[in-house]
Formats: sequence, structure tokens, C-alpha cells
Amino acid sequence: MLNKDIIVDVPTVNKIARLSRLDIPEVNKESLTNDLNNILGFVAQLDEVDTSNVEPLASVTGHKLPLRSDDVNDGNIEDLVLKNAPESSSGFFVVPKVIE
Amino acid sequence: MNDTSTLKPGHIQGETGIWEMVIGLEIHAQISSKSKLFSGASASFGSEANRNVSLVDAAMPGMLPVINEFCVEQAVKTGLALNAKINNVSVFDRKNYFYADLPQGYQISQFTKPIVGEGEIIVDLENGEQTTIGIERLHLEQDAGKSLHDQHPTKSYIDLNRTGVALMEIVSKPDIRSPQEAGAYVKKIRSILRYIGACDGNMEEGSLRADCNVSVRKSGEEFGTRCEIKNLNSIRFIIQAIQSEAERQVDILEEGGTIDQETRLFDTSTGETRSMRSKEDAHDYRYFPDPDLLPLEFTENWVQDIKEKLPELPDSLKKRLVKDFGITAYDASILVEEKDYVDFYQQAANGRDGKLTANWMITELFGALKKDNLSFSESPITSENLGELISLISNGTISGKIAKEVFSEMMKSKKSPSEIVKEKGLEQVSDDSQILKLIDQVISDNQDKVNEYLSGKDKLFGFFVGQVMKLSQGKANPGVVNKLLKEKLK
Repeated sequence: MLNKDIIVDVPTVNKIARLSRLDIPEVNKESLTNDLNNILGFVAQLDEVDTSNVEPLASVTGHKLPLRSDDVNDGNIEDLVLKNAPESSSGFFVVPKVIE
Repeated sequence: MNDTSTLKPGHIQGETGIWEMVIGLEIHAQISSKSKLFSGASASFGSEANRNVSLVDAAMPGMLPVINEFCVEQAVKTGLALNAKINNVSVFDRKNYFYADLPQGYQISQFTKPIVGEGEIIVDLENGEQTTIGIERLHLEQDAGKSLHDQHPTKSYIDLNRTGVALMEIVSKPDIRSPQEAGAYVKKIRSILRYIGACDGNMEEGSLRADCNVSVRKSGEEFGTRCEIKNLNSIRFIIQAIQSEAERQVDILEEGGTIDQETRLFDTSTGETRSMRSKEDAHDYRYFPDPDLLPLEFTENWVQDIKEKLPELPDSLKKRLVKDFGITAYDASILVEEKDYVDFYQQAANGRDGKLTANWMITELFGALKKDNLSFSESPITSENLGELISLISNGTISGKIAKEVFSEMMKSKKSPSEIVKEKGLEQVSDDSQILKLIDQVISDNQDKVNEYLSGKDKLFGFFVGQVMKLSQGKANPGVVNKLLKEKLK
């Protein structure tokens, strides 16, 4: 996992940007690389704690996951769902064409 | 490719020798719940766009997922039916990726601690053999929405109705060795899911789809680099896609190339796969436990209750059919594919010739339904009527040949076979004196042939039988005709 040796370089920034569909101007990449390294370096302080004998924790409350019964009691609110969409048409969200 | 007639399924003859396929499948099965996995919106298919969407599904800020108990139960039920280990504690993770039809920006799935662990199923192959395929895991996850790309030249239209619908992902071990085995495996999983009611198995509506991991190797060697073919929604396409992908890999390897690990799509119009995204573009999903959901826990008692309520499964039913009705294991495996087939068969064969009933059901009825493009539930022939037809054949009322005529009339008119036999006067004639009359006529009409026969041309015997049958319009009992003709032509 994270440790102090982790170094983000420009190719890594390019890869993350591509996966996140972010268009990052070339001039910003150097400073972004530094920022990311600083953030990761800060988080890496956690590595000072020895967790080799600790089970990974998914919850701290000790509560169990509540279950609901299989009833249809929501939906039919397409106007509300689409209300904040920048563009919509005949009930659909409309977005720039994305074909994967 | 080269002559493949002597090759085993799943083997490819190359210039450098025989290649073997290694296949693993991920099946996505939509759970037959009324509402979604984490919201109370309807999970039904075919509604108006964005009608079945709650604010949870639309990923509005502050909305929290609450899990559907029925879906958890179906996953456990399926795990038990796959002879798999049930994990009484499992964890939901976020699988992060960016796509327009995934409003959360992540799919809630299970990564390190799935609800069901390792298991195995027995798969029936067409040559009557069986093979065991290991199950790696089964986990619960959300489906994504649907993008329509053909509505507008520069825009995509997004419908979130499917977003958040509950899926079970069933991952096999790489135990599958041929496209046909892969097809049989999917059939078996689908049949089990339908028996227990966890999924309707409807591949056309997308309730069941598969991703296929395919690699090739020389026998005995390490696994090769695999490619994943995404989102196949019919057994025919699964078989075609695996065969063509394996052949593509063999061609590359034999030319000295290497296989790039990548995700590919199957083009149903060309029957070939093409690259969708390479390993460099592979998603970095950054899995982590979903902070909105606590670990999913249930008691052993709850699991036992579910186990006790499981219906009889195809494997056990199959054994019972072989034992009770004396049919072949392969016929039984076809009949147990669907619960409806077994119920129909058991009613039709009850107290009758089980083998004959199986033959008529599998060859004639399935064949006729396919020809008329009818589903099994639309069959014009009921189990009672098929059973009655079997009785009429067994007790000699009609011959097998006439039975086919009666059968096609049953397909058309939905009438009972005895009604048709009576209306058309099709009862088999076994009475010696009636058949002798026919024989006499055939002999007098064909005196020249009779002389040839008597002077040693034995082959003509079949001709006389045929003439008598023809004269009787197929109604004469062929056994009696044979016997009497032999006596007459001595």
C-alpha cells in the first residue's frame, strides 16, 4: 500500500487523467505531480503504525447491516431525477457521445 | 482452418501442433427481485426511461443504500445450489470507474469478501459425458444503467432504470476446455437458477449474460495470456466467440507473436472479436470497503432454513428419471434443463413407456415447436394428449408412422389424439383377413414382380410390403403384413 517511497511522475498523472477523463493542460502537470506527491507523503505517515497483526476493518460501530424487505416503494419521480440534468430529452439524460 | 473433423472440441490444429483452450466464465445473473439491491425502485424490465429510478439510484448527495433481504437470500440459495461455501460475513466494496451510465462513479460490489466462496457443478456434455466445473466465487453487485448511442449524432441518451438492479456475478474456475463445455456450463447454471427461482435466466432481456476469459496453450503447458470477451447474451454467441477468439490467438502465437491481455467485444455480424480496450487502458478500480454499508452478516440457522426449503435440483431429478423411467442419462439431462419440461414429461410418461415418451417429447415435440417458432409454454399439445398418443402407439391402435400424422394434426388443431384417430379412421389394421385382401390385390397387380421374386430376386420383398402399406394408407400393422406376405409368397 502507500509508503514514503511512492513517487508520482508525469506519466502516472497522464494515466490517472486518462482514466478519469480529465483534460489536464501540459503546464499544470508538473505542479500537480508535486501536489500529489505531497498528499501521498502526508498520508504515508500512517505507515509508521504497525498493522501487521490487525484485521482490515470495514466498520467501527459493531452494528449489523440492516436489511429491508423486497417492496417497490420508490421511483416514479423522473421529473425530480432529471431536474438537475444540464440536458434531457423524452425522459433520458443527454450527455456528450461516449462509446466504450 | 485445417481439417478439424478428427480434433476434439476445444482443440485447434496449428502448424506447430495441437493447441488447447483454457476458458473461465463470469456469469452475471439478474436476481428476480421486485425492487433494486439498495433502493425501493422497481427492478422491472421495459418501463419508460428513468421511471424506475430513486434518488439513491441517481446518486443524489446524502442518499444512503439499504440492502434488499430477498436478494441476499437468493445469493445464499444459489450458493447452496452450487455446492459452494457460504460466507456468513461478507463485505461490500466500491469498484470505481467513470462512465456516463454509472451516476455514483462506482459500482457497489464485493471484492475481497464475497457472500459465496468456492463450489462446483456437474455439467452434461452432448456426447453423454459429464465434467465437473469449479466455481471460484459468487458475489452481489449493482447493475449499471443503459446508454443509447443511436438516438443522436453527437449525444448519448442515458436511462438509469437498470442502475442498481441486483446482480449475482458467478465466477468459474478456468476449468472449461471447449466452447461446447462453456455452452453446457451456462445452460446448467441457467437451469439451476430457474429451478430455485433466483433469476429468470432470460438471455434476450439481458437477465443472464457472460464474460468469457479465453487463452490457449499446448497440452500440459502453463496457462497462456488471456483475453476477456465482454457481455455475451446467448449461448450460441458464447460458443462462436470463444472458438473465433481461440483461433485468433493461435494464429498470432504461431506467427511468433504474443497475446496482449485485453478486453474484447464479439461482433455478431462478423462472428469475430475485436479489441475494446488494452491492458494500458485497463481500469484501476481502486476497490475499498463502502463506508455507507456495514458488513453483511447472517446466522447459520438462517442458512439452514434456506437449505431446507431448496427444491429438488436438476442433478437429483435426472437420476430419478433414469431410474424410474429407464431413459438414457443424456435424454434425462435434456428433460431436466427446464422445470417445465420435467413436469410435462412426468405427467405424459406416468404409467407409460418412458423411453417412447422421451423420444416423442425430445425429437417430435421439441422439433415441431422449434419449426413453428413456439416456446414450450405455447405448445398446442398438452402432456395429457402426448401421453394418450403414447398409449395409442403402445397398445397397437396406431402405427408409429400414423402417429406422426396424428401428431402433426395435434399441433394444428389441439385436438386429442383419440379424437383425431376416430375422425380420420386411422386405427391400425391388424386383422389377418383384411390384410390378406390387400396382399391378394398387390400380388394380382404385380404378377411380373411376383415371378421375379419367386425366381430368386429376394430384394423385391420390401417392395411388396411397401405396396401393401400404401394400399392401406399406412394403416396396416407392418408386423402382420410382413408375416402374412412371407407365408403367401413361399
